[in-house]
Formats: sequence, structure tokens, C-alpha cells
Amino acid sequence: MDDKLQFDLVSPERLVISERVDSVTIPGVEGDFGVLPNHSPVMAMIREGELIVENDGTQRSFALSGGFADVTPEGVTVLAEAISTPDVGSTD
Amino acid sequence: MASLKELRNRIASVQATQKITRAMQMVAASKLRRAQDAAEAARPYADRMSAVLANLAAGVADQEGAPRLLAGTGSEQTHLLIVATAERGLCGGFNASIARMAREQAEALKAQGKTVKILCVGRKGYDILKRNYADELLAPVSYQGLKSVGFNEAQSIATQVLEDFETGAFDVCTLFYSAYQSVISQVPTALQLIPAQIEDAETPELGGAAYDYEPEETEILDALLPRNISVQILRAFLENAASEQGARMSAMDNATRNAGEMIDSLTITYNRSRQAQITKELIEIISGAEAL
Repeated sequence: MDDKLQFDLVSPERLVISERVDSVTIPGVEGDFGVLPNHSPVMAMIREGELIVENDGTQRSFALSGGFADVTPEGVTVLAEAISTPDVGSTD
Repeated sequence: MASLKELRNRIASVQATQKITRAMQMVAASKLRRAQDAAEAARPYADRMSAVLANLAAGVADQEGAPRLLAGTGSEQTHLLIVATAERGLCGGFNASIARMAREQAEALKAQGKTVKILCVGRKGYDILKRNYADELLAPVSYQGLKSVGFNEAQSIATQVLEDFETGAFDVCTLFYSAYQSVISQVPTALQLIPAQIEDAETPELGGAAYDYEPEETEILDALLPRNISVQILRAFLENAASEQGARMSAMDNATRNAGEMIDSLTITYNRSRQAQITKELIEIISGAEAL
């Protein structure tokens, strides 16, 4: 078992991403929080902000306008209201 | 016996009809593909939403002060039926079967002495229901001319419904649409939106840890429930769109085949009467010649 978590990003119209990643940073209404594998279960509301997904040293960010995040030890499911086109870029 | 000219005209007109139905079938087939993909793409969101909701609701439902969208108003006197149908006809029994289901429900509720209100989304449902339920119908919502119905449209209806609910215009809200199963099978479905029906979704394995909520459970639920209504309405729209195209495709396929059979039988009649006429003329000539 690799040390990654399952990340699903879903918009009302479609499943945007479903893959295994290293970490996810979620803009919660009570502050941003990062999720690593085996996170304790959290149900959080999302405010308008930037969601950052990190995998193999690459960061991708998505602008969300509210939604919900369901975090379980296995992974994160983000139900987003509207998602802007992913801005893919590497960080070194 | 129709004259040859009449027969020729009928054959030509059936051929023209067949051309139209064949074209409609092909258009429906290509639209179906897209509508089906959209409906399937929207399922994960709606499914996860129900799962999350079920998870949350289990803890809150029995408590005092549970949200009214979940617990109901405590009364069941006034029912709002949202009937989602297509904007166009020529799709077999698609619109009629949704309308029939809504009508049965309305009759059952009326028999129990309940008040019924009907909101039609889509022109066809309104056309069918306005004859029997002129008094119960609210102003219909129509998305005629819109290429595809998306989340914004679903949300605007949800907002309207929620406003009415807040002002106490109704107690229970049920949504009627047609679930897409396959090209030949679309199932009219009734879904209760308010109070929310919580399916028994399996709760994820948490390894003994308790869920943390950010912010409080009730606050999340307050935000989630209205959202859930938009999502369910959107889902109904997308399922409807796929069902409509599926129903139209099979209806037009039948129509094309029927037209073909009709052309065949008309052609046979045409050839026979033409032959009969030639024979008759020949007999006339021969018997005329013999008489001389």
C-alpha cells in the first residue's frame, strides 16, 4: 500500500478528479487545513478559496466557490459548488 | 378504390413523413449519447451527497430543533408536486407516463383530504395537466429554447421552492421525473424532497474515530439540505434529458418502421390497380376489335 490518499473532486455536473495523491489543502470555513493519509474523519464546509493538491512534488490548485469536504482515513471527497479550470503548474 | 393519382400522392406523403422520423431518430441518437454521459457524470455528486447527508442526519434527526427541511413542518396538509417533463413531444409515452404518475399521486392525496399544488417544469407536463388541475397548477417553469439545463436552472427552481417552503406555502414536496435506465426503459420516479428522505447509506469505516465537524453539525446540515435539493433537481433534469432522447429514439424508430410497412402495402395496392387498369384497357380494345 502506497502512502497516499484517495482524492475525489466532484462538481454537480461531473467527477472532476479521482486519483491518489500525497496531500490536499482545503480552504475550510474555519481556516485552511491540510490532509495527509490517515487523517482523522472530518466533515467540513468549504469557503471560497483555493484547493491545493500535491502529488510527487507537483502542485495543482483549483479555485472553489464553496462546498463540502468529507475526510476519512482513506481519503478526501470534495463536493464543490463550482470549480474553475485547474491551473496546472509545478513548484520547485 | 382510390385512383392511381391519389395512391401516388399518399405514397409520397408517407415517404416524406418517414424521412422526418428517420432524421429525428438519428438526431435523438446523437443527443442521447451526450445526455447519457451528462446524467452518468452527475451521479457521483448526488450519490456522495446522499451518503454525507445520511451520515449527518443519523445524529441529528431525533434531536429537538432538527432542521425543518429534514424533520418536516409537523403537518402534512399541503403537498407540492414538482413535475419535470420535456419541452417537446414526439417522444412516445415519456411525458404522459410522468404526468400519469403525478396525477395518480395527486388523486390519492386529494382523496385523503390534502391540498395539492403542482409546479410544472417543462411545457409538456403543463399541457397535459392543465385540463384536470387548472386550480392546483402554479405558474409553469419552462426552459424552452435552452440548449441544455444545468446547475443554474436547477438552483433557481430550488431557491423558489425553498422560499415557498419558508413562507409555509406547503409541507411536503415531491419531485416527479423519469429515471434513465436504458434506451428502451425509462422509469417514472417520485422522489420526496422535503422533508428529505435519507437513504440508509453505509457509513464509512472510521476505525473507531469520531467525526469532527467544522463548523457544528447543525450548521453544516443547514447548508447541506438546501444544496441537496438543488442537486436532486439537477439530477432529475439530467435523467429526464437522457430519458427523453431515449424515448424519442425508440418512438421514432417505430414510426420509421411503420412508415416503411405502410409504403410497402401502398406500393402493392398501387401496382395492382395499375395492372388492373391496363388489363381493363386491353380488354376494351380487344373486344372493340372483335365487334367489328
